[in-house]
Order: sequence, then structure tokens, then C-alpha cells
Amino acid sequence: MTIDPASIRSVLATDCGSTTTKAILIEKNAAGEYRLTGRGEAPTTVEAPVEDVTRGVLNAVREIQELRGRQFLSDGSAEYPHQDGQPAIIRPEEDGVGTDLYISTSSAGGGLQMMVAGVVKNMTTESATRAALGAGAIVMDALATNDGRLPHEKIERIRALRPDMILLAGGTDGGTRKHVVAIAELLRAAQPRPRLGQGFDLPVIYAGNVAVRADVEAILGGTVALQFVDNLRPTLEQEHLAPARDAIHDVFMEHVMAQAPGYAKLLTWTDVPIMPTPGAMGLIIQALAARDQVNVVGVDIGGATTDVFSVFDGIFNRTVSANLGMSYSVSNVLAEAGLPNIGRWVPFELDPADLRDRIGNKMIRPTTIPETLDELKIEQAISREALRLSFVQHKQFAVRLTGGQKASSIADAFAQGGSNTLVDLLKLDLLVGSGGVLSHAPRRAQSMLMMIDAFQVEGVTELAVDSIFMMPHLGVLSTIHPAAATEVFEKDCLVRLGTCVAPVGTAKHGPLLTVELDGAKHELRAGHLRLIPLASDQAVRAILTPAKGVDVGGGAGERVEKTLRGGTVGLVLDGRGRRPMTIPTERAARVAASAEWSAALDLYPA
Amino acid sequence: MGDAYTPGLTVTRRTIVRKTRRLPMPGTVLRAVGDRVNAADVVARTSLPGKVHMLNLGTALGAMPDELAAKLVVQPGGALTKGTVIAESRSFFGLFRSRALSPIDGTLESVSAVTGQAVLREPPVPVEVKAYLDGTIVEILEGEGVVVETEAALVQGIFGLAGEVHAPLVMIATRPDQPLEAGDLTAAHAGMVVVGGARVSLAAMRRAMELGVAAIVAGGFAYQDVRELLGYDVGVAITGTEKLATTLVVTEGFGDIAMAKATFALLAGFAGRIASVCGATQIRAGVIRPEVVIPAEAGVAREVELEAGEGGLVVGAPVRCIRAPHFGKLGTISALPHALHTMPSETRVRVLEVDLGDERILVARANVEVIER
Repeated sequence: MTIDPASIRSVLATDCGSTTTKAILIEKNAAGEYRLTGRGEAPTTVEAPVEDVTRGVLNAVREIQELRGRQFLSDGSAEYPHQDGQPAIIRPEEDGVGTDLYISTSSAGGGLQMMVAGVVKNMTTESATRAALGAGAIVMDALATNDGRLPHEKIERIRALRPDMILLAGGTDGGTRKHVVAIAELLRAAQPRPRLGQGFDLPVIYAGNVAVRADVEAILGGTVALQFVDNLRPTLEQEHLAPARDAIHDVFMEHVMAQAPGYAKLLTWTDVPIMPTPGAMGLIIQALAARDQVNVVGVDIGGATTDVFSVFDGIFNRTVSANLGMSYSVSNVLAEAGLPNIGRWVPFELDPADLRDRIGNKMIRPTTIPETLDELKIEQAISREALRLSFVQHKQFAVRLTGGQKASSIADAFAQGGSNTLVDLLKLDLLVGSGGVLSHAPRRAQSMLMMIDAFQVEGVTELAVDSIFMMPHLGVLSTIHPAAATEVFEKDCLVRLGTCVAPVGTAKHGPLLTVELDGAKHELRAGHLRLIPLASDQAVRAILTPAKGVDVGGGAGERVEKTLRGGTVGLVLDGRGRRPMTIPTERAARVAASAEWSAALDLYPA
Repeated sequence: MGDAYTPGLTVTRRTIVRKTRRLPMPGTVLRAVGDRVNAADVVARTSLPGKVHMLNLGTALGAMPDELAAKLVVQPGGALTKGTVIAESRSFFGLFRSRALSPIDGTLESVSAVTGQAVLREPPVPVEVKAYLDGTIVEILEGEGVVVETEAALVQGIFGLAGEVHAPLVMIATRPDQPLEAGDLTAAHAGMVVVGGARVSLAAMRRAMELGVAAIVAGGFAYQDVRELLGYDVGVAITGTEKLATTLVVTEGFGDIAMAKATFALLAGFAGRIASVCGATQIRAGVIRPEVVIPAEAGVAREVELEAGEGGLVVGAPVRCIRAPHFGKLGTISALPHALHTMPSETRVRVLEVDLGDERILVARANVEVIER
């Protein structure tokens, strides 16, 4: 279907998350601008008892109807009949009723859950993992010949997991045959079963040594839905992920989405294919980095997963921390971070058992929201750890290829390992946050400090937040109407919070850093946070003079001159330390420090 | 907005309970539509493929993978006993003999001419599915299982541990806010479903397991105690396979929370009756609630006309508050204002008004669950 962007006057867009379905309305105004004009939210209904994702979509759209005062859903009348006995989204817009375009993204039903398997852990398996992540998948496990597990352990693991599909890689073209065949034989012995849909074969995509295709067909053909694509690591020096990524996405749409409750119906409603939420977010992050020629990290912290995106030196990476989120996965955050790490961010005295109970209660009632200030502070403390751990996982994964230059044989490849992370915080220009806990924080300063604390940004970094969580929606829209997507992104989506200046290192005496702005000098001492008001439309030329041995982006002790942009929060000077950040361990001192930092940024009402 | 709500827990004296009893692999269904079954009756049976062992015959015999076919003593598909010679080779004019012996009883499934790996499989493991409920078979899922239906009282909990039990119900607590302690349990409670009031202590759970109590149903449990009991954190709320001697069903949540009065009264009314209890919980990917199911006595006519509730957030709907500051409070919806409301956390949300009887409170719509009757 060809859509003429010029004819679009209104866009309804939904994102079906694990916990919540979010709908937004974009309309073209009299001045010809595309602007956000409404939003609605409702619990996602892919789970029992409803088991139909379209109900949540209709509920969210109904919210927009009520709040905007415009009709978008059929009412069963002769003029706006239901379809198949159910309300339908009216298209196109006529006399103010209906919408011209309906698009959607989704991560509901757990998203796409995959296993990958390759030959060498730090080479083909790692490349396969990148392909899967780039396609929007959650990687449940990554098998390799040299992953330390015995064959029967690998088989048990494959049997225990219920992936939606498997990506099998291994061997450069013309390279190893035996190791690839060994992995295929393991798969056959394990008899993996898919998560959704009792009656259909598990999709397996083979993206390894093309010379082994016949062997793989002989071993797996007939027992799985087997598909061949170009080798994702044709040589040790090259990665060629696009064919595998595209195949994963296609299989996902065809098999997995069609099986998840209500998706077959939703697929008939949208004007373009539904995109996985992380895929859509990734488009927007890459577009932002390319347009402004900056290094960007983006994060989407959801109920079940936290997705981290980065563009450093033009190289895009994405990771999904499938076990870290604010509702379904909130107890995993506790399990991985540990109570002390969460407790250090809670700015008041709280019994550890009470904190555990609250986290447990959020896990079992994931759609609830914090009503009291204490509950809000606790959720924001948890989010810091979820974001921090997700970023650690991302840094481990966003790497440069190193195998090509050194390995001349598979034996060499087995022997060596390791890669270099692309993520260099001193080079990070912009950090963008999205997801409920960041987008819906009652005060923007809360979002800014959550991100500063979790990512521990260094040097000079701008921060921004997705105003109401709409980046995925705009990601899909950008594939149809790039101009509209960009306009709404700039005017309604991206809220620039300001800039953080965080020196790295310690000063023996005196201030860590002196910041000169328009002739006025501001000192930053160790352990302190300072906020200097600087509005969104303001930028100021700054001279940053760090103490000896302290780095603020120009090298240890080196002065930096830079234009600093303002935002809804302003300019934050963070003297709490880096590598690591120093937070008092003694409870009373920690609570006092938290209170001081909260006051510095006017984080919470008195 | 009426449909946009957090589905709640069912607590009802009389409803139709349908349970799908499904095998993990295709197998044989042993019942027919219309059969009356008891909870312990086997309704379907299958075998799970045995555990796989891999043995590299090439390495064991010092032979190339494509030479192995000629050296096999047991052919693919053939039976194995532990110590059986699977393959052997002779070298140096027959003077030296290498043998590969089977480490298991089972079957030789395949031998790869490319890698030399032999796949050995242990014998299949029989698996049976029981009816779980006293009821009637109403549907057969060909080759997979059955659907059992019964008229019963149903109490759904919010969190549970361990699997299915079937045992008589006994009330220990006399009030819904009475905690359940270790000293409340005696040998007489072995094999019973014990109902407490508020929080069940860790010591009580451990005592219950020592005594062989079938299940405990209580209002609350400490989340920390879940970790103490299991030895690990439950990271995601998917339970039911824990190897615990006593099943746990928590009706309200984590902490010191009294059981809802209506729930307590309902269970008290069925003291002495046989209950089917399951602690399996799954908060996502197909919600499963832990439950207590008490089938109506056979032959007793329906006392109450079964009413389908309206469902959803509508004025008059009974709700439970599921987040602080009103956690656990029960009431009915008295108003559904349209406008966003600013909460003490400064979040602006849609709210509803709940009539608690002695006061009316405003609660975020996301922070109530409808009590399904």
C-alpha cells in the first residue's frame, strides 16, 4: 500500500508494551505543523483473562477519544459500523472523525525471544547475538562450541528454553564444517519446541558457512522450519548482519506475532507492518546521531526489559537486558543488584524487609503506579540500578571486532578472546532516556538525576528525555512520513533537560572544578551537586578548569572551553566523583547526602 | 474507560471452574467426554524423551568419523545396556583393540559421519496428568489432554509456591488478621490444607513442611522469607515447580496483611471439605493465579443462580486497593471522574473514588483490582 505523506492530516500510533499500551494522536494544524495533540494509556491485554492485544489498543484509543473529544472508534451505527462485531479504528479522517493513518509498535507477549548458536564464543556467536539484538530480539542464551558447557548441558538448556526461533551461525565461508555440524546435531538431539503455537515447527535460521548448508539441511530439515541466509561472518574481518536481521524480523512477523494473542487481528488494522518497539527506537536514535553528528546513548526502560542503544563514531549497537525492568522484572533487578545497591539510592530510612516486600508487591502487581512520595522515591531508586546494570551489559557488548587481525585459524580463534568496548563516556555527547519511569517522572529533574546516577556520565554530556514515551511511535512514522516524525520529535517529543558536567578524578585540595560562565565563576567541590539555571533556549560559552589530575574531557588537568546548552532543568555540576561515584556507606550519612543532593536539584516537594 | 482495568482475583462461593489438563508432549488420553473423575484420577499419559548423552566415537576409537559405520557393534536404533560395546576397532594387525562402551541403558539414536558424535538416549520417562479436580470431562484435546469442569467455590491468590495438592480444608485462624505461627501447627494438620489469617511466618512454613501439611493459605508472606525458603530470589513471578513439601497460597500480598474478610469467611464456610490447591503463579505470558478450588458436593442442586458480573471499572464494582497508601482496603467504586488528578507523588493520573464504608478515598485507577465474583 502506497501512502502519500502529503495527504496525512492525522496519525494514531500505539505501542503495545509488556505492561501498558500507549496511544498518541498527531494532527496537522492550521499552520501546517504536525503536533502531538493527545495521548492515552491502558493496561496491555495480551495476557489472560483477555488474551487479545487489540482490547488494550481500543482502550488506549478510547482514552484519547474521551480526552481529545474526537471520535476514532466505530460505534456500531450505520455510519460507523463495527467490524466482525468489534469496534474498529475509523479511516480515513472525515469531518473530524477518524484518522488518516494508524501505525503500531510492540514488545508485548514478551517480545521476540531467541536462542543463538555459533562456533566460537567471541566471534560467530557474538556476531549472531548482535544480529538478533539488532532485529529486536531478546537473546535467551548464546551457545558456542567453546562456551564451557558439556554437550548434554547444552542440550538440556535448549530443551528447557522455549525460544520463538533459533539463529544458527558458525564458520566463515569455506571455513570449519565439523564444528557447525556439531552444533546442528546438538539442536536435533534437543528437539527444541517453540514458545507459542503448539502445532508449528520452530523456525531456525542458518547464517553460517555456506558450504555446510547441505549438512544442516540433512540434519535439521523436516524437523524445524529451516531457512538459509548469507553468512553473518563471511570472513573473520567482516560482519554482514543485515540478511540475518531481516530474516529474523520477517519470521518474527509471520510466525511469532501471528501466534501471540490478538496479533493476527492487529496486523490487519495497521496501515504498515508492526515494528518491534526496540527496532523503532533504534531508528530514531540513529537518525538523531546522524543528523546532529554526535555520539548518543539512548535507553528505553520498560516493565520487562531495558533496551540500551548507542551510536559511537557512527557505529550503532543495541542490547536488550531482558531481565531488568520496572514491573515484571523488578525482582530480577533486586536479585542482580542486591538490596544494598538499591538501598543506597533511597533518600530516607527504610527497613530492608519493608523494601523487599514493596519490590515483591510490585512484581506481582506490575501495573500499579506510585501514589505516595516515598513509593516514587523507591521506584526511582530501583530504576537507577536497572539502568546501571543494563548499561554495564551494553558496554560489554558494544565492541569493535578484533578477531580478524589476529586469528589465522580456528585454533587461534579459540585461544584468543576479547574485544574493545566502543562506549567511551568522555566522548558521549547526548544521553536520551525513554520509558515510563523516566518519561512520567513528575519533575524533569528526577529523570535527569536518575540518568546521571545510573550512567555516571563523565565530562560534558547533554541529557534529554522522551516527553511522554513516544519515540517508538515516531520511529515507525519516520518510515512513512519522515518530515512529520522529525517535526513532532523536535517540538513535542524530545525534552532537553540540560547539561551535566562531571569531572573524573580527585583533587588533593581545593575545588574539583571551576566553571566560568559569562564572567561568573562557580566552584564545584567534591561530594556536591550544584544546579545552575539555564533554560532550554539558552546556551552559554563556558570555561571549565579542573584541578590537577582531574579530567573534564580535555585530558587530566586540562582546561576545556565549550558551549553548554540549557534545558528544563539546567546545568548540573556533579562533584560526587567518577570511577567510582562516592556515596556514603554509613546509613545516616547517606541519607543526609541524598537529602542535600535532592535539595540542590529541587527533586521532590518538601 | 470501563474496560481498561487491572484484572483482579476471583473470590466466589459458586462458579464453573474449567481446567485444561494437558500433557507436555503428545500422548494418550484415557478418558471420554462425560466421564466423572476424581482429582487423583489419571486422565492422560505420555513418555518424555529420555535424557541425551553424547559420546564421540571417533575420539574413543581413534578413528575418522566416516570410518565409524563399519566399526559399529550396535546399529543406530539399537538397544544399549550400560557397559555394552557400541563400537570397536582393531589396529596393528588386530593386536590392539579399542572399544567404546555405553555409559547408559537406552538406545543408540544416531552416529554422525561428520563429527563422530554418537547420540545416546536414556529410556523414555513416563508422565501422567491427573484430573486435579473432582468433576466431569467436558472436552477431549486429541492426543494432548482433557478439560475438566466442576461447579465449585474458587479463591484465587496473588502469589504461590509449589504445585498441586488435594486435601481437606481446616481453619487455624479465628480472625483474618491473625498471624500464623509455627506453634499453631500440630501433627493433626499433616495432609491438610491449613488456612491462616494474616502473615504466615517462615518458621510456620518450615514447621508445616516438617509435619507434612499439604498446603497453607494465608493473607501475607514476607518477600524476604521466599528467598530464605527457596535459597534464591524469585526474579520473575513464575512459580509452581518448587520442590517444597507444603504448597503456599498468599491471598493479599507480601507483608503483614490480613486476609480479606470475604475470603476468610468463604474459606471458613467450607472447613472440612476437600479442596484442590495449587501454588503455581505466572504474572505474565499467560497469567496463572494460585488457587483454592472447593468442588460443590455431588448431587447437591444449585443453590444460587450463577450471575455473570459486569466486569470492568464501573460504579458499584467491588475493588481491592493494591498499592500504598491504601493497600489491602476493600470497597466499591462510587465515582469515575474524567479529569487527571495530582497525587501526593505529584504524578497526574486518572483516579476513581472508592467507598470504603466509613470513608471515601481517591485512588489511581491503576492501583485497584476488581474483585471478580
